Amino acid sequence: MTKYIIRRILLFIPVLFLLILTTFVLVRIIPGGPFDFVGDRSLPPQVVANLEEKYHINDPIWKQFIDYLWDLISKGDLGPSFRYRGRTVNEIIKESLPISAQLGFLSLLLAIFIGIPAGIIAALKQNSWFDYSSTFVAVIFRSIPNMVLGPLLIWLVALKLGWLPVARWGSLPPFFLGFLPKINMEFFKHAILPAFALGTAYSAGVARLTRGSLLQVIREDYIRTARAKGLSERMVITGHALKNSLIPVITYIGPVFAAVLTGTFIIEHIFGIPGMGKHFITSIGNRDYAIIQGVMLVYSIVLIMTNLLVDITYAWLDPRIRYK
Amino acid sequence: MRKLAIEKTETLVLTKRKERSPTQAAFRQLMKNKVAVGSGIFLILLIFVTLFVDNSLIALVTKQEIKPLIAPYHFAKTSFIENNAPPGGKFLLGADYLGRDLLSRTLYGARVSLSIAFVASSVSLVIGIIYGLISGYFGGLIDNIMMRIVDYLYGIPFTVFVILMQVVFKAFARRGQATGLMGVLLKANSSMGGMLFLFIAIGLLNWVGMARIARGQVLSYKEKEFVEAARAVGSSDTRIIFRHLLPNILGPCIVRETLMIPTYIFYEAFLSFIGLGVNPPTPSWGIMISESVQGLRSYPFQTFVPGIALTITTLAFNFLGDGLRDAFDPRLRGE
Repeated sequence: MTKYIIRRILLFIPVLFLLILTTFVLVRIIPGGPFDFVGDRSLPPQVVANLEEKYHINDPIWKQFIDYLWDLISKGDLGPSFRYRGRTVNEIIKESLPISAQLGFLSLLLAIFIGIPAGIIAALKQNSWFDYSSTFVAVIFRSIPNMVLGPLLIWLVALKLGWLPVARWGSLPPFFLGFLPKINMEFFKHAILPAFALGTAYSAGVARLTRGSLLQVIREDYIRTARAKGLSERMVITGHALKNSLIPVITYIGPVFAAVLTGTFIIEHIFGIPGMGKHFITSIGNRDYAIIQGVMLVYSIVLIMTNLLVDITYAWLDPRIRYK
Repeated sequence: MRKLAIEKTETLVLTKRKERSPTQAAFRQLMKNKVAVGSGIFLILLIFVTLFVDNSLIALVTKQEIKPLIAPYHFAKTSFIENNAPPGGKFLLGADYLGRDLLSRTLYGARVSLSIAFVASSVSLVIGIIYGLISGYFGGLIDNIMMRIVDYLYGIPFTVFVILMQVVFKAFARRGQATGLMGVLLKANSSMGGMLFLFIAIGLLNWVGMARIARGQVLSYKEKEFVEAARAVGSSDTRIIFRHLLPNILGPCIVRETLMIPTYIFYEAFLSFIGLGVNPPTPSWGIMISESVQGLRSYPFQTFVPGIALTITTLAFNFLGDGLRDAFDPRLRGE
């Protein structure tokens, strides 16, 4: 097991390095420097030269990359923002990442806590009305993009019914332990709609997967054995079938986590939540390449880590994987 | 009189039960799935709308002026006195904040979504299948190297990559002047309203999953007798790959790809929403939603018209994809 984990981690280091290199090169080949303003806003050449000196833009590109990589590894420093004066990318990410993480985590919980029970019931009552209707509803949920579901929920629940706030986020920095929000009504009131808008589509996926895999597992021999020795149906399902049937669901959580994270781009924009996605969209408009690069890097690292974690959990749950 | 006994002989009608190829059987199975058939019909209509929303296809031949055909207005035609007009009257589904007809823009928007769906899936299918065929068929070292490359590419977070590509492409497009290949690309891109770069960015990595699937299929077929027979009579590798393996793996691959189409449509909408998609004023459902969502309180229809279009289209692709999968590849059901 340890060997497996070490091998996986070693495999991820080159991927991560390549990613950093690619982001760096792609952002550098973009024509025009960050201080090329046009017309009235253009800066005198001396000022541009000084700014470029300050941000080390004149250095040869390989030196820039090594400096960048060194700062990143030794201090976790992502460099200064080119547009927000006097703020670093780190500061911006430190403020906004916890909010995105809170939203993403809530959506993921929602997806799991709706999806898994729905999938289990649908599988246990295969070909019942619940099974058919939940499969049908799942396809519909899967097909509504979050950019449509978000406005729909705002319009219906917040504007027409007035039950929940339209926008904003219920907790602001400083956070407990750096990312935990103060749990109160205010927080949940603001979080329900965006979490639903983001999580529903994936709850459908989780349900589908749980149903399919549980259906497969309950036909296995060891389940028949469990029944034959007279275990109650409840014990057969919860004690024997469930653990194995959730293995594929866990592999699905990785991609879902990725999708939820990128989904926060849109949901944060729609709900006016000051998370990382909102900063990202703004910095695309501003062409603040330092922030684009930093945010992309943080996302990549989170995603790669998630994949790694999923792989390890998977191997832990299913010994067959380890020895491949 | 002899009784005329008309003996109606009960001839046992020996109509031979028609032999059906697996494809025909699957097709019949598909036809029984009402929802999938309905979705298919809807998508065919949508393709028709995309082709004839204006007369640009006809104008390719007749060289006449391009004007809207199915759409009531051109997508960029503004009317400032009628901005935010409610549905009904002159604008059937209302107008947006610049007084542009929502119905026309939504119909034109289908063009972007369907083009992405078509191009991205074709690119992924072609590259993925060829890659998988070569890797799976030759095996050994070639397979090992090719699959390690795929593993690496698989590790790259796809969204991050697409976003970065689009950031770079957009920056080049904004700069405008370029020579050589980049110049040609830029020109083609701007004439397509920014779609070319979307095609490249989305198509560039998406074949990776397909390559894995195609390889797996090849591995399961290449030990079969018919491949051995082909080899025994002296068929070349190319012939075995393209005449014997390809027809067998094509079906499952196409089915999988159909299931991927909603993802491509989401990607386009997502990129357009965050401002990295097609160039305004080219309408895309993602852009229309992002432009209108700030005015949701006063003009909800502006968000819901493109939103419903986007939802119904992905719904249709999902239903059709599920139907195709159930009919052609029942093993995958519930996966």
